[in-house]
Amino acid sequence: MRLFDTELKNLRDGIMAMAGLAEEMIELTIQALAERSSAKADRVNELDRQLDEWELKLDQLCVDLLALHSPAATDLRLIASSLKIIPELERIGDHCCNIARRAPIVHPPILPEGRLDRLGQETRSMVRRAVDAFVGRDAALARAVIQSDDAVDELYGQLYRELLRIMLADPLCIERASHLILVIKNWERIADQATNIAEEVLYILEGRSAKHPYLRGSAVE
Amino acid sequence: MLSPQTPETKPVKLSVRNMDFRYGEKKVLDGLSLDIHAERVTAIIGPSGCGKSTFLKCFNRIHEVSSAVKVSGDMQIDGVDIYRGGIDEVDLRRRVGMVFQKPNPFPKSIYENVAFGPRLFGMKDKATLDGIVEDALRKSALWDEVKDRLKESATGMSGGQQQRLCIARALAVNPEVLLMDEPCSALDPIATAKIEELIVELKENLTIVIVTHNMQQAARVSDYTAFFWLGKLIEMDLTERIFTTPRERMTEDYLTGRFG
Repeated sequence: MRLFDTELKNLRDGIMAMAGLAEEMIELTIQALAERSSAKADRVNELDRQLDEWELKLDQLCVDLLALHSPAATDLRLIASSLKIIPELERIGDHCCNIARRAPIVHPPILPEGRLDRLGQETRSMVRRAVDAFVGRDAALARAVIQSDDAVDELYGQLYRELLRIMLADPLCIERASHLILVIKNWERIADQATNIAEEVLYILEGRSAKHPYLRGSAVE
Repeated sequence: MLSPQTPETKPVKLSVRNMDFRYGEKKVLDGLSLDIHAERVTAIIGPSGCGKSTFLKCFNRIHEVSSAVKVSGDMQIDGVDIYRGGIDEVDLRRRVGMVFQKPNPFPKSIYENVAFGPRLFGMKDKATLDGIVEDALRKSALWDEVKDRLKESATGMSGGQQQRLCIARALAVNPEVLLMDEPCSALDPIATAKIEELIVELKENLTIVIVTHNMQQAARVSDYTAFFWLGKLIEMDLTERIFTTPRERMTEDYLTGRFG
């Protein structure tokens, strides 16, 4: 195998390792919320450090590949998109930390059972499928992920309105409800990050930006 | 650089249809069809022996020194057939200049190198010649470096300067097209950068076709890129497209170094 191909494989493997960490953090975050577990929240923080380390390492690898190998065509698209996928994965980790550290303080529950968990599960599924689309070079799956984002946005909207109602009805719940609003906002952002990853997968595979479909056919597209 | 968002506004300068080039029994170019737009830089890339340089030479019929050569199909400049349109070959070579891989200045003074072409076409007036020489040397970004030593021999110049002198020599007869056959392959990166800047400036008024083995050079200077393989045109498109999203697998493999 050529040196360049070995390095490209290292890049792909590194992104998969980051994705694996991000998924593990999401899982732990869901559990931390359900179990009020500060131990699991601490574990999320530990994993975040690893994710940050990977980010620095892979950023450097991408720059080295660009500088030393002048990549073109699919190789260029993989590296250019990796430079965007890497920070998305890193941000997923940050959002998990934001959610997990609130796990001990959003109890006792004020939302009906399962509502918050469902948002977490939907988001987790989007991240997992976005990563699968990257690994399996699967354009159809990437498109499905992008479409799923609306459902998560809808769920987020419902929970947001519900939390507002709760705050209006009972001022004693305001603190918990405010934290929960931040929790659901962070989940919703993670789903956006999964969407962004799926868009990059489509760019890698098809060479055409999948972002901002409303601009398609306009002068900048 | 042209991008997919900007429609082409320049007319076709050179048009090629179903062109074959045979050298004796050997078919060197096979069924080529493509258009080259005025005031654009078109790069020809491809592995050694794929016919890039041969293709370039067909535009000013410089290969006709060999009788074993047979060109068929259509090649037009401004809609007039280069081979059958009654174009005088000396006039064609004035309109379609060429710069080669290795700088090849005449063993004469810098001034005489540039004045050579205009003199050949009958220019005798000293003041006019002086003007032409200065203009050509300015256009080739050489004037400031040589204006005080125009009488010195061109062979004493650096390789990069010699190549720019060859460009000046080609420009002195006011060509419409400039063919460049690996113009930087014998130059260091600084001299290369100067020639590349020059190419981008010159396309304001010239149609440029450049053959290069340096893929990054093609990416940097050209608007269009054509990929040749075994005498065939595999793919031609905007350079930006070729280097990010080529349509053909062969182009992709060549650009990513996974060819063959």
